[in-house]
Amino acid sequence: MRSSFGNALHAAVAIGVLSLVTLPCAGQQSYRAPRTADGKPDLNGIWQALNSADWDLEGHAAAAGPVPSLGAVFARSPGLSVVEGDEIPYLPEAAAKKKENQANWVKLDPEVKCYLPGVPRATYLPYPFQIVQSQKTILISYEYAGAVRTINMGAPTKAPADSWMGWSNGHWEGDTLVVDVTSQNGDTWFDHAGNFHTDALHVVERYTPRSADTLNYEATIEDSKVFSRPWKISMPLYRHVEKNARLLEYKCPEFAEELLYGPLRKKQPGK
Amino acid sequence: MSRRCLASTAALPAMIAVLLILEAPVAGQAPSPSSKAPGKAWTPPRIPDGHPDLQGVWGNATLTPLERPKALGTKEFYTDEEFSELSKRVRKGIVGEEADLGAAAENPVRYDLSLYGFDITKATFASTKRTSLIVGPDGQVPAMLPPARKRNAERAAKNKGHEFDSYEDRPLQERCILMTQERIPMLPAVNDNNLLQIVQGRGYVALLHEIDHSTRVIPTDGRPHVSKNIRQWQGDSVGHWDGDTLVVDTTNFTGLTVFRGSGEQLHLVERFTRKSDDTIIYEFTAEDPSTWAKPWTAEIPWTKTQGPIYEWACHEGNTMISTILRGARVADEEAAQKAK
Repeated sequence: MRSSFGNALHAAVAIGVLSLVTLPCAGQQSYRAPRTADGKPDLNGIWQALNSADWDLEGHAAAAGPVPSLGAVFARSPGLSVVEGDEIPYLPEAAAKKKENQANWVKLDPEVKCYLPGVPRATYLPYPFQIVQSQKTILISYEYAGAVRTINMGAPTKAPADSWMGWSNGHWEGDTLVVDVTSQNGDTWFDHAGNFHTDALHVVERYTPRSADTLNYEATIEDSKVFSRPWKISMPLYRHVEKNARLLEYKCPEFAEELLYGPLRKKQPGK
Repeated sequence: MSRRCLASTAALPAMIAVLLILEAPVAGQAPSPSSKAPGKAWTPPRIPDGHPDLQGVWGNATLTPLERPKALGTKEFYTDEEFSELSKRVRKGIVGEEADLGAAAENPVRYDLSLYGFDITKATFASTKRTSLIVGPDGQVPAMLPPARKRNAERAAKNKGHEFDSYEDRPLQERCILMTQERIPMLPAVNDNNLLQIVQGRGYVALLHEIDHSTRVIPTDGRPHVSKNIRQWQGDSVGHWDGDTLVVDTTNFTGLTVFRGSGEQLHLVERFTRKSDDTIIYEFTAEDPSTWAKPWTAEIPWTKTQGPIYEWACHEGNTMISTILRGARVADEEAAQKAK
């Protein structure tokens, strides 16, 4: 007993000392990521957020899911707010619309219909995504809906038109990949809770390596039609370290067809 | 949507597909795959890990039909004279039986292809003297084996008379599940969205086909396929480098993917070889013992073209399928009224 207590004490002290040593290093600045051949931090890999932000960016308690027959499966998992300062600064009118969205989310949430998710939602959907990094272009392939975007790392270019995934120009600030995302259409949401934006959305993402297998993800969100000021979300992203980790096919249009086109099915006699 | 509708019109004959010409004022510079190696050896640019750099935006528009016009028999290549004569005729907008393009010239019945940048008198094209993309003396997709004919005929018979009953009875491309041009192997097709962007990261090659934002991220470490019970519309692609050639092996297709009548045993091997600054030779071999008596191979030049790739969202704007089904229900209703 005594000796195991002693060991435990020892370990506790060691952990204490270790924390003292490592705590200041836990900040994003001090970790130096492995480099690609051109000397940039190597972000290649399959990543995923581990939180319930897709249910609600703001803090939320657990709640029943939308389909009673599914019971505890697909119930809403609880989560802390990923929004800096906890709350999204809506303008009054927009706050009302958000509430309305939330009340009707099953009908209105574009994810239910398998529409492309937009940025930043693509990042914290409960599906992995893969970064394929080259010098001139960084491609991000998302498992959800086979969504994809390319980040232009050269001289910034302008979007020819609005799109679901927007237009991404990137550059490096130290170890951080900074991506400026413009020209998203106004049809995507941020989560199931009805948090929304318009086509005036401007997102600046920051991907910073924080350890071999984690990144810090931050997104600053600006949309003067809906929000009183820019606001920020942040969360860690975790690497899929499984040896054979792969993105698989998740072509979800076929899962939304019954919902979208089922009512147009030919009526069977007697039904 | 108009683009999508054009893309989705399965009725557009495959022959028109080959009309699609995007590229190559450089046709002269790019060594044609059939020509003898030029005096000076060309070496590909390389990425830091030493593999050839395949990156950029590429188009596979070509004048060459997939299958050889029957009149050409086993003739696999045009002579220089024939090729130059054919090119001149095409430049004038005359496309005749030589390249099996007669149907294409008549096309304005339904679409004005010049609207889509397909003005054949102005367009340029990748150079190959092949008489068909399919290589070898046959120049044709092998005849379907009897069990495959039966399988496909049964499926068609089941659908007959029910084409408009439900979304499930509509073709995959109409449902934005598998666009015709998005399918692998990648074949030239009518439309202006056949561009392919290649991005190479550590240990992976990403192939982004503009059509329906279809993306494959292919590991190149020689790993095996995922488990056999994971069946996917586009199969499971794994890769490795064979010298300077990227080899991509794909299995695990669904039984409903049906590439030219294939079943779920379809096995594709695609090979990407950079042959010049402006050309990648894309070669594929398709085999499926449940469908064809022997594998068949085609060779298609991809030519460097201008980006950027733009987002091609299909499902999000798919009013076509609801319109088709709604129209069918209105017709049902009218028929019921008449019958009363």
